[in-house]
Amino acid sequence: MPDKKIRKFEKVCEILDKNGRDPARLIPILQAVQEEYRYLPQEIMTYIATSVGVSPARVYGVSTFYSHFALVPKGKYVIRICDGTACHVKKSTGLLDALRSRLSLSETKPTTDDMLFTVETVSCLGACGLAPVLVVNDEVHGQMTPEKTIALLDSIIAKEKENVR
Amino acid sequence: MSAKDNKSDLAARAASYKARSAGIKRRVVICAGTGCVANGSLKVSAEFEKECAAAGLDVTVELKPESKGVFVSHSGCQGFCQMGPLVTVLPDDIMYTKVKPEDVAEIVKETLAANRVVERLLYVNPADGKHCRGAGDIPFYKKQHRFVLKECGLIDPENIDEYISRGGYEAARKAFLEMTPAGICADILKSGLRGRGGGGFPSGRKWELTRVQPGPKKYVICNGDEGDPGAFMDRSVMEGNPHSVIEGMLITARAIGADEGYVYVRTEYPLAVKRMRIAIADAEKAGVLGKGVFGTGHDFTLHVMEGAGAFVCGEETALMASIEGRRGMPNPKPPFPAQSGLWGKPTVINNVETLATVPLILAMGAEAYAKTGSKGSTGTKNFALTGHVANTGLIEVPFGTTLREIVFDIAGGVTADGGKIWNEGFKAVQIGGPSGGCLTAEHLDLPMDFDSLKSIGAMVGSGGLVVMNKNTCMVGIARYFMQFTQNESCGKCVLCREGTRQMLALLDDIMEGRATKDTIPLLKKLALAVQKGSLCGLGKTAPNPVLSTLRYFPEEYAAHVEHKHCPAGRCKALAKYEIVPELCKGCTLCSRKCPVGAISGEPRKAHKIDGAKCIKCGACAEACKFKAIKGGK
Repeated sequence: MPDKKIRKFEKVCEILDKNGRDPARLIPILQAVQEEYRYLPQEIMTYIATSVGVSPARVYGVSTFYSHFALVPKGKYVIRICDGTACHVKKSTGLLDALRSRLSLSETKPTTDDMLFTVETVSCLGACGLAPVLVVNDEVHGQMTPEKTIALLDSIIAKEKENVR
Repeated sequence: MSAKDNKSDLAARAASYKARSAGIKRRVVICAGTGCVANGSLKVSAEFEKECAAAGLDVTVELKPESKGVFVSHSGCQGFCQMGPLVTVLPDDIMYTKVKPEDVAEIVKETLAANRVVERLLYVNPADGKHCRGAGDIPFYKKQHRFVLKECGLIDPENIDEYISRGGYEAARKAFLEMTPAGICADILKSGLRGRGGGGFPSGRKWELTRVQPGPKKYVICNGDEGDPGAFMDRSVMEGNPHSVIEGMLITARAIGADEGYVYVRTEYPLAVKRMRIAIADAEKAGVLGKGVFGTGHDFTLHVMEGAGAFVCGEETALMASIEGRRGMPNPKPPFPAQSGLWGKPTVINNVETLATVPLILAMGAEAYAKTGSKGSTGTKNFALTGHVANTGLIEVPFGTTLREIVFDIAGGVTADGGKIWNEGFKAVQIGGPSGGCLTAEHLDLPMDFDSLKSIGAMVGSGGLVVMNKNTCMVGIARYFMQFTQNESCGKCVLCREGTRQMLALLDDIMEGRATKDTIPLLKKLALAVQKGSLCGLGKTAPNPVLSTLRYFPEEYAAHVEHKHCPAGRCKALAKYEIVPELCKGCTLCSRKCPVGAISGEPRKAHKIDGAKCIKCGACAEACKFKAIKGGK
């Protein structure tokens, strides 16, 4: 798919130009790239390094330091369970366990094989008044229980099946 | 533009806004903070527009010269997140809680059209069962002193005119046109303002140290990387009143002579990022930000930098490394940012709440400001109140308020796991997040301020207050925070990187029944080593939760170590579930709930748990209606 590859880099160039190929803007560049591709493909990181004039090691160092950056593709729906103090004392681990067992995922295997779901934890979403909280992509769901979580998951799966048809 | 013109510019904007709102009879304020949006407040808002129109009322969502009737607007976080979505009707001052889209038609028909209160949507005080008409009657609000948060939850954060019409940017204008940089620093020092991000360093002194540095290039940074789990004060201010943060930064810029600034916001706060960006663009258009602010020769450009998910970036030197596009690792101090900060230039870095306080100090005068609060800690502090309490949310109280007032008056008391009031169940309050410590019943009358908290080994920190009931295992809480700091340690200092890992392993030993008599002494020794051997605040304070729980709950640790027993019944590995035959009615519910089939017995006869099969999930104890299962809690 040579066409697709060229398109890929066009978008990266656009992002790089917007940020003036400035090494100080490395984090915003990586954020924009991740927004576009949902993760940071290795060849693009090398490309960015050359473009802004730093070593690939530096780009790799930055992208592995911050938890927001993903080096492997994530699922279409990223479900993040808040494990902040308030959510933790209100048993957020129950939500995590319910999702992981339902989707056969674990700490080391966060994404389903069909690339539909990624389940991960996040330290605090700042919506502590609604603890326990989880977020599906950017949508916040508060005062959750394991049962409500599974119902939410089922509704997403049903919606996806509908779309396929 | 001359200086005089600019004063009239702000005044003209305010006047035009007032003219536009003259025809408005009622205003419906719908909370659009993260919490209420999650509960569907935007749908409620849309429903108001629809229903008002359907009822034949004039309705508007944007003020225009010809606007009249009902004005439906959004606000930032009103703090009472648990009861959201919140809808306030002005000028009647009625507050409706947990409003669903299907409730809107009734509010429109009753309140907006017929001036009646919809009783069933009012907040009911659980203490006496009374309906509270407005925020003034609700104990949660009544005992607070909303100062920095006053406008949050009322004004539309995405409308600069509203901010200006309430006197906004007047303090910044005064700073640029009528005050000298040294005068501003002196005023802030006189006000006694101390940094709200955790350190508690006097802001006026920080500014003065930066002001006297030579050189034309200086920076102002707003630290909005509020990473403490259980804290959301800064998020609420950025979402609810972003212009107050910008104005605070403008005043700081004037005081130290900076022409550029950054607002560093966590990526987990997308709404705060969005609202700060809108506010900056609007402020630039209004001529209060950018080139030649207030018609003077001074420039101040402001950028928003989104974090990328690293707790350590809340530390100022790490945050600056992050803005520079590097790994967010801290650097030794000195040199302090005041001498050599962002790109080696003198930099002032202040917390969101601190900056939002600054315009208020200039507006009311330093002496008047210093009258609130307690000696050594002037003003008010926002706290994020969470955990086992009746009312969770964001509160603001003067420094010196006691813990008792916060937990039992504002928060409405301690709750049991099911949500019922259980005041005797009060166990502890965790303050200051992963860097902080525990407060127990003996500290209930302690005034909450920088120095009193420090004297007992805790800290104000960023202001997260997590209330815990007696069913909470304190070793478990210490482990939770240790796990957090261990994850977030940047890895630069060996003792922070490896020491926290070993401390976590020791805590696991205690919680899983492997601890010996040497475990706790070793844990203490290691804690002191991590404190000494770490460069930045993260490592220096990482052992605090462990040391603090060891200090106040030594018997809980001892029970885990010596008797392999968890008094709160939370440590799964130590739990031994047993059925008390005298209490068991043989209803079979537990055996049906057990996921591993470890419970056996005939109907109407006492059941038994097979200890070898039991995975200690506690499902049986939760299901039993006769409290016949012991060993959990």
